[in-house]
Parts: sequence; C-alpha cells; structure tokens
Amino acid sequence: MQSTTTKPTREAPPAAKGSWGFSGSTPLALVGKIVGLGMVAAIAVWLAIPLIDQGQWLMLALLLATTAVIFLIYLQPRRIPPKYLVPGTIFLIIFQVLPVLFTVSTAFTNFGDGHRGSKQDAITAIEGASVQQVPGGPQYVLTIAAKGADTTGDLAFLLYDPNTKQVQLGTDKGLEPAVGAQVGATGKVTAMPGYTLLNAGAASARSAEISAFSVPTANGAIRSSGLSRAYEGKKTRAYDAGCDCITDAATGGKWTADNSQGTFVAANGDRLSQGWQVNVGFGNFARVFGDQTLRTYFLGILVWNFAFAFLVVFGTFALGLAMAMALNHPRIKGLKLYRVLIVLPYAMPAFAMLLVWRDMFNQDFGLINTLTGLDVNWMGDPWAAKLAVIIIQFWLGYPYMFLVCTGALQSIPTDLVEAASVDGAGKSYAFRTVTLPLLFVATAPLLISSFAFNFNNFNAIAMTTEGGPFPPDSPTAGATDLLISYSYRLAFGESGAQYGLAAAVSILIFMIVAGISIVSFRRTAVLEEIN
Amino acid sequence: MGWRHLVALIAVAFSLFPILFVVSAALNPLGTLSSTSIIPTNFSFANFANLFNNTRFLNWFVNSIIIALVSAAAAMFTSALAAYAFSRYRFKGRRGGLMFLLLVQMFPQFLAMVTIYIMFTRISDLWPQIGFNTWWGLTLLYMGGALGVNTWLMKGFFDTIPKDLDESAKVDGATHTQIFFGIILPLVTPILAVVGLLSFIGTINEFLMANIFLTQAETKTLAVGLYGLIYGERNNNFGMFAAGTLITAIPTVALFFALQRYIVGGLTAGAVKG
Repeated sequence: MQSTTTKPTREAPPAAKGSWGFSGSTPLALVGKIVGLGMVAAIAVWLAIPLIDQGQWLMLALLLATTAVIFLIYLQPRRIPPKYLVPGTIFLIIFQVLPVLFTVSTAFTNFGDGHRGSKQDAITAIEGASVQQVPGGPQYVLTIAAKGADTTGDLAFLLYDPNTKQVQLGTDKGLEPAVGAQVGATGKVTAMPGYTLLNAGAASARSAEISAFSVPTANGAIRSSGLSRAYEGKKTRAYDAGCDCITDAATGGKWTADNSQGTFVAANGDRLSQGWQVNVGFGNFARVFGDQTLRTYFLGILVWNFAFAFLVVFGTFALGLAMAMALNHPRIKGLKLYRVLIVLPYAMPAFAMLLVWRDMFNQDFGLINTLTGLDVNWMGDPWAAKLAVIIIQFWLGYPYMFLVCTGALQSIPTDLVEAASVDGAGKSYAFRTVTLPLLFVATAPLLISSFAFNFNNFNAIAMTTEGGPFPPDSPTAGATDLLISYSYRLAFGESGAQYGLAAAVSILIFMIVAGISIVSFRRTAVLEEIN
Repeated sequence: MGWRHLVALIAVAFSLFPILFVVSAALNPLGTLSSTSIIPTNFSFANFANLFNNTRFLNWFVNSIIIALVSAAAAMFTSALAAYAFSRYRFKGRRGGLMFLLLVQMFPQFLAMVTIYIMFTRISDLWPQIGFNTWWGLTLLYMGGALGVNTWLMKGFFDTIPKDLDESAKVDGATHTQIFFGIILPLVTPILAVVGLLSFIGTINEFLMANIFLTQAETKTLAVGLYGLIYGERNNNFGMFAAGTLITAIPTVALFFALQRYIVGGLTAGAVKG
C-alpha cells in the first residue's frame, strides 16, 4: 500500500446514523433498495410454495431464516461490508460449501456401491433379490412408471391382475391401489396421474435398475420378468433379528452382520454384495497409506502429479516470458498481429482442442507422427504419453502466460532496468537482478493459482489419455493419472463406486494443494499485504 | 530485430498448426479424421450444413451463450461487490474470508458432483423451473463458484485506486452506494473485462457439471453436445466436430477482440502493485 495512509473505515457515514435504513438515502438508492428487497421477498414466496405443499418444514424454516437475515442486513444502516458480501456468499454457501462439507463427511464412511442406504434397506434388498418364482403364483401385466422425470424419477410398477381386472401401484414401500390409472386392452396401463410411464427406450435404459427392483409383499415380493410381465414370488433369504444374521432357506447358508463394516459375512469369509452405510472413522485414510497396492499407486501418482504441475507452470511461464520479451519492443512491425495470432489458442474452446490434440497424437493417422515422420506410440508408451500431455498443456497455457508477462513487463519502470545496465552490469545481469525478481513478485499470485489449477487439471487427462496407458498389473492407476483423475476412477469407475475412499483421497489432495498455496503465499508476502 | 521476428514466427506456427488442422478438418468434404491433413485439399461446407441440419447444434450454441453471458455478468457483479468490501472496509473475518475464498476453490469439485446430483434431484422435484435440464439451474450452480479467484483479482485492482477519492466523496456527503457505483466501478473497467472474459471462457468450456446436468438433446451446451458427437463415433463425425469447434470459438474470439485493450493491463495491474 504505497499511497494510502487514511485510516480504514469502520463506521457508516454519519448521514445514515440512527436511522432505520431508509432515511438518509437518495431517492434513487431508496427505490433500488425497495425493488431489490421486493424481489428477494418475491423469490422467497415462490420458493416457499412447493415447500409448504410438500410439508418440508425444515427447509421452509431455513428459507425464512435466510430471507430474514437478508432483510436485516440491508435495512440496518451500520454494518456495510455484509451488504456487499451477501449476494455472492449465498450462492457460494449453497452450491460450493455445503456440497464440499457433505463430501468431506462421506470420507469417514464406506459410502459407495453396495453401501448406500441403511441396514434395513440392505435387508429389504437382500430379501427382495432372493425372491424366486413359485409355480402357480400370481402373475401381472407390468407397466413401468417413474415418479417425476422418466430418466431419474423413483421407479414404480403398475400391476394389472388379469384375474381381478384391478390395477395396483407397487413401490419400494409395498402395494397400494392405483387410483386413476387407465388400462388399455392388453392390460398395459396407458395413463397414471402423478407418474410418467416409461416407453421401451426409457425402460431399457434403466433395465438394470428395473430388474433389481422389487415390491415387498406379505410373504415375498413382486419382481419383473422382462419389461411387461411381473410375478409374485417367495423369498428364500430372510433376516433373523435373534442372531443378527441372514439365512438362506434353500441352501442353509448363514451370513452374520458385521456392524463395523456394514456387511453380512459368512463363516468362511464370503460377503453378500449388498451392505449398508456405516461410519468407518479414519478407515479410508488408513487404507490409502496402509494397503500395499493402494500405497504404491498413491505415491507414484503423487510424484508424477507434482512433476506435471511444476513442469506445466514453469514451462508455460518460461515460454510466455520468452515470447513477451521478444515482442516487448515498440518498433516491431506487425506487433499487434503477432500478439493476436499467438494468443489465439487461449480463445479456442479448450475442451474441444484437448480432444483434437488427442487425435493428433494418434500413432497411425495422427498429425504429429505424419508431420515429423516419427512412429511414436504416444498414447501407448508411458513416457511418450507423459510428454504428450505436457506438450498439450504448454500449447493451451502459454498464451495466458504470454499475456500476463507482457502486462508485467510493461509495468516495470524502464529507468530501473536502464540504471542497472548503466551501472556497468551486462544486459543479462540487469535481467537477473532487476527484471526477473520484479516479474516474479508481480506474477506470483497468478503462478500459484495456476499451480493449484494444474495440480487438479482433470480435463487435461480425462479428455486426452484418460489416465492411460495402464500397466498390465494395475488396471486402476495409469501412467498419466493425476490424483484427481485417479480418485475420479475410484469414485465412478467400472470396478464399482467407492465414494468414501475417493472422498478421503480428495481430502488428501486438498490438503496438499492448500498447504503449498498457503506457504507460497506467505513467502511472496501476499498475506502481509491483505492486512 | 531479425531474431525477434524469427521467434515470433516460430511461436505463431506453434500456436496455429492445431487450429489449422481444425480448419482443414472442418472443410474436408469426407468429414472423417483419417482423411484429414493439415493443408486442406478439398473445400466444402458439408460439415457445417450437416451440423446445423442433423444435430441440435443451434440449440447448444444458444444455450451456451445464454448460460455463459448470464454467469459472466453475475460473476462480475457479485465479485465486484465482494471486492469492494474487502478492499475498502476493515472488519472481523476479512483476512479469513479472503483466504477461505482462495482455498474453497482448491477442493476437487467433481467429487461434490454426487452431492450436487442428489441436491438437484430434490430441487427438480420441488422447483422444476430451476432443476435439471434448465438454464437457470446450471447458471445458479456456476454462480456458486463466482467469488473465489475473481474476488482476488478484483480486490488487487481495487487496491490500486487511491482511497483519497472515496474519502473526499464521503466528505461531500456521498453514500457508500454512490461511491461504489459512481466512482469505483467506472475506474475498474479493465478488471471487470478480465473477470467477465475469464468467466465466459470458463463457462463455455465447463463439461463435467454440464454433462450430468443436461441430459436432453435440446438443453445441452456446446461442450456436452460436441463431446457427444465424437463419443463413440470418433472418426466419422470429426469434420462436424471441427466445424462446431470453430463456430464455438467465434463468440470467445469476438469478446477477446472487443476487450483486448483492457486485458493485458487488467490481468496484472492488481498483482503488480505489491
């Protein structure tokens, strides 16, 4: 802070003192305030109506509290900063902070495929899945429906009984009469109030979900058989609260609940795939460091992750700086055109250019091999793939650094550099002692945020190598995987979702990036400056 | 002087050859990846025609532009407001708040995807107008990330505006709103332009969230739609994809040119003063 010695403002201007918001304002500001708060009130009412309809009292209370706080902040005259912070902060809290907090909390659970619901949900699912058709049991004509959108809504079965000519609505809670259902000639339901009927395409898109769906009944469950028939069968597996175990009436098998892991385990160690969500404390973190294979991957990826982020940041910075210095001369002809052409990659859509680069690195018909006459298997060789993703990031990133360095160079007083040169120092000495340090100070915050961005540069990997090539013995950790793409695979991969473990890994990523950033900011004295 | 031109020409070549390849692919009448070379051999606008006639490209384009413009405007406005508070006032939690804004962005967002999905399933149920497959829903989600780095960039720039200006206006009886809208905002145009451009580019490029959010063909954005074009059909649709990429670049390039004179200064002025 060079120029300002004025004391920081803490109090509101005296004009508004002692008033309750409206007095002391200009007419325009008054109108603005009334219109703004009126809109807040209107939005709150609009949001409240469905909440009241559906009896969501907790959410309604939160909505009312938030609205009240907004009104208070803008009607009181004294505290000014909140008035300016509220608009952005509301969205920040709802759409970033809350999801992140929830994610952090899942790191201490086994949340993932097979461990989603409560123990009761798991028991219901296991019993439901064990239902087997008995000869002569009830059969239904099935219409598949969803509450809400056909792609995401909760499933429901509309069951037409050919004997009674009645339609029943089957949900995961049980059977109830299907009020208002209209039945066609074949027994298929043609309309049902409050539900969207799934056509063949929508149904086959959700076929896995449909075949796992069962409607519990008194002594068994109703399950689908194909997309237009359903049967009521008897369950062979049942939960026994006495021994806290699942028994199979057909085979005599027995699985006892392990309440610390959220699974049912047989005496021989065999686990049922359906478990439930439990708290595992620091179990996921212990797995990252304790599990032999996981630890090997994690360390290997961590090293590459650091190398990638450093190389990309300093590579793009060096390239950008070199270009900025070459063009930092007022008498170059065509300067403007050069600048525009060099910066063009920055204006191209990055997601598309990543995909284009992936294809340019194709071994057989890619442009890189064709132009250079090489025959490198870019995406198949671990080191070539690493080089490829770095080259791609150089191309995407250096125009930004070029802009930044151009601006920084122009802001360095020329007399400083000239003074250093006149003092008998060579040009390179002046560059090292004057220009470069000033440049680093000027660009440090941008370099740090660029490092943080590239450390987690998911698109750079997911849109090009997808983490590959994969060594034959580790199908889940590839040569170009960053921690973020690795944990993405953990969370959503084909081997089954392990959100809990992935959340633990992402907390570790966060601690690394945040730690480095805080230390670097301290060192560049940026933190001192914000005081 | 000569070496400067040589370096510049090499850089231009490095910058341009992938773009030239895209242009060539877009003009290639066969429209396949394997038949595309860097120098176009045949010219045809068949890929552009296909793109507009056989896909929902026009929908995607309009969706992307609207979402990106609204998000960019919202990011400019909310972060300018926040930066004003951080730059001009001293209050409890100021330092912590600034640090928090920086750090919260470093949490891997995609993992929160599961939570955001669950959240928007409820929202779609309660308020379908701002749920899945709507402009508003996705824009609101993007607004959650509007503060972060933008506030830092803005605050750095605000700090370079002498406080004497506010002080003397205050003596003349100006309110804080008048100072903000009347004095500060007109002086920080360069950084507003930078934040607007960065948000616009970021939104146009955003894929992960948009991909889970927009499932219906007519609500997709360019990133989701174009990715879908070559997903699975990588070779055959490459020409259409390249044509779409070029059209996608037009608004960004136009914005870039329009704001060019602000950008170099705006990006660094905030940081330089330290």
